[in-house]
This record gives sequence, structure tokens and C-alpha cells, in this order.
Amino acid sequence: MTGRAKMDMRLARQSIELDRVGMTYETGSGPVEALRDITLSVREGEFVSLVGPSGCGKSTLLRVVAGLRPMTSGSVVVDGAPVVRPIPKVGMVFQAAVLLKWRTVLDNVLLPAELAGLRPARYRERAHELLKLTGLEDFAGKRPSELSGGMQQRVSLCRALLLDPPLLLMDEPFGALDAMTRDEMNLELLRVWGEAGAGAGERKTILFVTHSIPEAVFLSDRIVVMSPRPGRIAGIFDVALPRPRTVETRATAEFGQYSLDIYDLLTGRQSNTPAMAGRRAPA
Amino acid sequence: MKKLGRKFLETLPAILLFAGLIVVWELATTVFGVREYLLPGPATVLEAMFSGEINWAGHIWVTGLAIFGAFIIAAVSGVLLGTLIAWSSVLGRALMPFLVFVNTLPKVAVAPLFLLWLGYGIVPNMMIGALIGFFPVVINTAVGLSQIDDDMVDLGRVFNAPKWKVFAKIRIPNAYPYILSALKVTATAAVVGAIVGEFVASQNGLGYVIITSQSSMNTPLAFGALIWISILGLVLFGAVAVLSRVLAPWAEGREQ
Ligand SMILES: Nc1ncnc2c1ncn2[C@@H]1O[C@H](COP(=O)(O)OP(=O)(O)OP(=O)(O)O)[C@@H](O)[C@H]1O
Ligand SMILES: [Mg+2]
Repeated sequence: MTGRAKMDMRLARQSIELDRVGMTYETGSGPVEALRDITLSVREGEFVSLVGPSGCGKSTLLRVVAGLRPMTSGSVVVDGAPVVRPIPKVGMVFQAAVLLKWRTVLDNVLLPAELAGLRPARYRERAHELLKLTGLEDFAGKRPSELSGGMQQRVSLCRALLLDPPLLLMDEPFGALDAMTRDEMNLELLRVWGEAGAGAGERKTILFVTHSIPEAVFLSDRIVVMSPRPGRIAGIFDVALPRPRTVETRATAEFGQYSLDIYDLLTGRQSNTPAMAGRRAPA
Repeated sequence: MKKLGRKFLETLPAILLFAGLIVVWELATTVFGVREYLLPGPATVLEAMFSGEINWAGHIWVTGLAIFGAFIIAAVSGVLLGTLIAWSSVLGRALMPFLVFVNTLPKVAVAPLFLLWLGYGIVPNMMIGALIGFFPVVINTAVGLSQIDDDMVDLGRVFNAPKWKVFAKIRIPNAYPYILSALKVTATAAVVGAIVGEFVASQNGLGYVIITSQSSMNTPLAFGALIWISILGLVLFGAVAVLSRVLAPWAEGREQ
């Protein structure tokens, strides 16, 4: 219990608290309600994935958390402070790679340092390291147009990681990768997250959007399943698989069961196997 | 080497057409005996272009300077105004109607006024060229700076980058292709403006050569001046093309 209390004290750092968040886009053809009544709290150092059908508001939710779009109702608190403008110290991986096409891969990765007014030269080494980590070391001098979609995504991942932010908001960062590279990147991401680290305090907080259920199960502490139009929380799963997770994790029966349960909730399929995951309704 | 060979093959049709036209031109004047004051043959024109009859170098210098000056003034003021418009919506709303009004003026008709205000010489000619050429730069700069993915804007906001930095690092490079394509138009407009100025009043320059040789029926000289003008125009246009290769290779880069 004391451990728990300690964690709550740290909760004020990179935790995310969403309280009955609603978000409606005003468009030329009328309002589009993208999110309704989203209540969710992400603890510091927690890895939470969002899954849900296309258009259910996952990207919108990330934008609201990042302070890039204002919510229309409810409140978001990050790092103990209400979000009213773009929040600091966040690494954002956009759904599209959003690379600057006039810059080389290396200079794209270094952009955060330049924009934040830090000396880019001091981050070169780290940038090269990140490129190596993502298998792009030979492409540092190339322009984005010379890269495949999956490679561009990895560049944008490196860019998000450059300043080592304590909070990562990632929108389908591995969507354009082949299955094998994707599995590899999953493991790398867990390393970057700090899976092997001593405790949650040393881990980053990650909010991760994906369309792949196995990917969500493999990576996450918790999985938030969303339902569309307007985007709401359909259910939250605790993934109690042991860490560190390895290639073998994917082959376990529990892994399969989690995947199946989430699949059932997403599709509304009636499962004939008893659900083992600790599923609970949105708090 | 291979690349050069391919470039040559690619331009061959244009070269052939050009050579063919010159041959037809020459034949038209010699075989059908078109009189020289109506249409001098290419050989005559070439001779006139280098004849010591007039001080070509001097005229080319004066006109070249007017064209170049017009281009630089148009480019710099255009980019500045365009940036101001994109920077502040208040400034944009204040400036745009005025600029649109200026653009609807028949600028060539303003030439005599410029001469009245600025006196004779190279400066009014520059200003006329600049006046004709700067509007596309303003518009394209403003549009290029604003035509940007929401995501790219968000990228700047995620890092809490100050506005000027977002302009310097994201918006302005993003606008290069727009600005450079406007500068190609401006290169041509600068030539028109400079020549119009010289038509209206001047003692120097290639436009002046055309006017005086017309009144003395020395058509080969007028043709010679015309070709010198287009060479100046081509040089400027080529310089802009090279500049856009250097500054915005990603926009040209579709070649490969
Ligand atoms: N800029 C915008 N303007 C207006 N409506 C928008 C905008 N962005 C998203 N929407 C609408 O909001 C809803 C949620 O969009 P969002 O992009 O958040 O979905 P998503 O879950 O990320 O989908 P996907 O999985 O396809 O990326 C959709 O109905 C979409 O049409
Ligand atoms: Mg999305």
C-alpha cells in the first residue's frame, strides 16, 4: 500500500487525466462530434494503447491531450496542469510522417532541437544513435522523398524521441511497416520506454494509437477500446502479461485470449470462451 | 557523359525546329526577296548585332541593369510584403485591397508618370519593371506561406517554437516553390517594364535602339536589339531556374 501511495504522489508528473472530454469539430457542412464523454486516467510511466475503428476519434484524442486542439467540453490535465495550450515536453508521432521535404533525414530528426532553441550540434550524436536504432543509419543524408512510407514513419519516430521527452503521444507509428520490422520496432519501443527499468518512475508515459490488436496487447499495460461516432470508450483492458515481454510472449495462450477478448469487444462478436482479461467499464 | 547524351537527345527536337525556322527565315528573305526594312534575314541581323555602327555594349549594359534592378526590387519588395501579409492577418486585410487596386492599374500607362516623378534615366525604367513584376511575388509568397499542412503547423506548436522560427524553418522553405515560380514570371515582367520605360523616354538602352532604328528604317538594328533583349531575358530566367534548383531541389526533384 505504501508503494501505491508513493506512486500517487508522483502522479502529478507526466500523468494524464481526462474528465468527461468531448470534442466537436465545426466544419463547413455542420458540426462533427468526434469525442463524447471520455474519462480516462493514465498513470505516470504507464503504457496505454487506444484501439478502435477508423474515424472513432483516436487522433483527435491525442491532439486534445497534446493541447493542439481545444476540447469542447470536459477537462484534460497533464503533468498536474490543465491543458489549454500545446503542452511542453511531449514527443508526438503524427499519423502521417510530416517530414520537412527540404531537409535531410538527419536534419529532420534534429528539428525539435532547433525549434526548441537548443544547439542542434549537441544532438547530432543522439540523432545518429536513434537512426541506427531504427535501421536508418545509411539514410541520414537522404531526403524524405527518397524513403519508403515505413522509413519515413521511423524518421518521425526518431524526431519525437530526440529530446527524450517523458511523455510520448504516438499515432499509429508502425502502421506502414512490414510485420517483421514492426515486431522489431515494438521491442525497441519497449526499450526506449524503459521496460527493463527499475520502476514506473523511470518509465515514460506513452499513449499509443494502433489498429493492430496484437500490437496493443504486446506493448500495453492497458488497452482502451473505443467505439465510433461519436468516439466513446467501449471498454478498458488491463494486460497482465509479465514484463519484459519477448518474442515468446506472443505465443502464449494468455496473449491469444487478450487479443480475442478485444476483438470481441471491437466487433460485438459473442465469444464462447470465457473472458480472462480484467475488463471494466470506463470509470 | 551518358546523362549529357540523353539531355542532348531530349533537346534535339527543339534545336531542329529552331534551326529549321532560321533556314526558312533566310530562304524567305533571299529567295522571295522580302525587302530588308520589312524583314531582314538572319545573317543580316547577326551582322547588325555585332556591328560597330552603335555602342552595343553600352546599350546592353544600361538595359541589363534596368532589368536586373527591376527584378531585384520586385523580388525583395514582393517577398517582404507577402511575408507581412502572411505574418499578420490585420496587415493582410489592410494591404490586400490596396495591392489588388494597384494590380488592376494598367501599369504600362503609369510609365510616363514615373518619368515625371523620377526624372529620366535608369531608375524610372527599373521602377516600371518592378511595378509590373512585384504583384505575383506578393501573392505567391503570401499563398505559399499559408498553404501548409495543419500537421506541419502542429509540428511547430508541439515544440512550442516561436512564430518567427516557424516561419524561418517551416513556412518559408515550404513557400520556396511558390516564390520561385512567381520569380520566373517576374523575370519576364522586368524585361517588359525596362523596355517600356526606354520606349517612353530615354537616350540609352536597347529599347531606345529599337525606337530610333524604327524611325530611321534601320530594321536590322531593331532586330538585333530585339535579340539582345531576349538574350538578357533568357539569362535572367535561367538564373532563376538555377536558383530554384539550388533552393528547392525537392520541388524540381520530380525529374528523378
Ligand atoms: N480537422 C478536422 N475537421 C473536421 N472533422 C475532423 C477533423 N479531423 C477529424 N475529423 C472527424 O473527426 C472524427 C474522428 O477523426 P480522427 O482522425 O480522430 O479518427 P481516428 O480514430 O484517428 O481515425 P483513423 O483510425 O482512420 O486515423 C472523424 O469523423 C473525422 O471525420
Ligand atoms: Mg487517426
